[in-house]
Amino acid sequence: MVLNQFLILAAFLFCTGVYGVLARRNGVLVLMSVELMLNAVNINLIAFSAFGREVSGQVFALFVITIAAAEVGVGLAIVLLIYRNLHSSDLGEVDQLRG
Amino acid sequence: MISQNIAFWVLAVTMAAAAIGVVHSRNVVHAALYLVVVLAGAAAQYILLAAEFVAWVQVLVYIGAVIILFLFGIMLTRAPMTAEGSLDNDQRGPALIVAAFLLVVLAILLIDAFGDDEIRIADDLLAVGRTGPVGESIFRSFVVPFEIVSMLLLAALVGAVAMARRD
Repeated sequence: MVLNQFLILAAFLFCTGVYGVLARRNGVLVLMSVELMLNAVNINLIAFSAFGREVSGQVFALFVITIAAAEVGVGLAIVLLIYRNLHSSDLGEVDQLRG
Repeated sequence: MISQNIAFWVLAVTMAAAAIGVVHSRNVVHAALYLVVVLAGAAAQYILLAAEFVAWVQVLVYIGAVIILFLFGIMLTRAPMTAEGSLDNDQRGPALIVAAFLLVVLAILLIDAFGDDEIRIADDLLAVGRTGPVGESIFRSFVVPFEIVSMLLLAALVGAVAMARRD
């Protein structure tokens, strides 16, 4: 297998995630797009780990998975608070720095 | 080698289609289910690269826990299920341009940098992905980052509970 096929798949997933973060209005969907981007990074780490026969890539991928879980927990709590205060999870309505 | 390439391309096309489904679906729950397909495909790619332990952690943590969190988030925020077009804002055109530009730049860069570098499939690759070496690496070289990450996860989840509970 060529290294590049994994890297370009990961680049495609990352760019899809970028599009989702920019174009989605709903907070939960923006978080899903962030997950896509984190997954792309993981694919890169594992591919380089296999390419260089180096186990630290896999350890870093495990760290990224853990951080992603923490990020989803906090992110969903924030979206929930936005929903509770504004009665909508539309991120376009969050435009005030003080309420 | 041929069969691995076939497996890769089948998985890659499925993952790419599902990723587009995540960012393009008009139904929030469908987007979450498309995300399951992407995450499961990524786990299969890890197995293809002989990273068994990470693959199963991906299945347990992402598909098991993170997707459930997303479904709870969808349920608690009563996200619009089928409302026509209301899930996207009016930046779709610029977002598409940015994403396509980034993809082209990354692809040119990667092809220039790595060309035809092969991942050789041999016994030493299988030895890298076994659970033993991964655990040894975590608890020898990376034990301090590991503990810091566990404290971070604890703090983040306590913070999430503290933010989300009703007073």
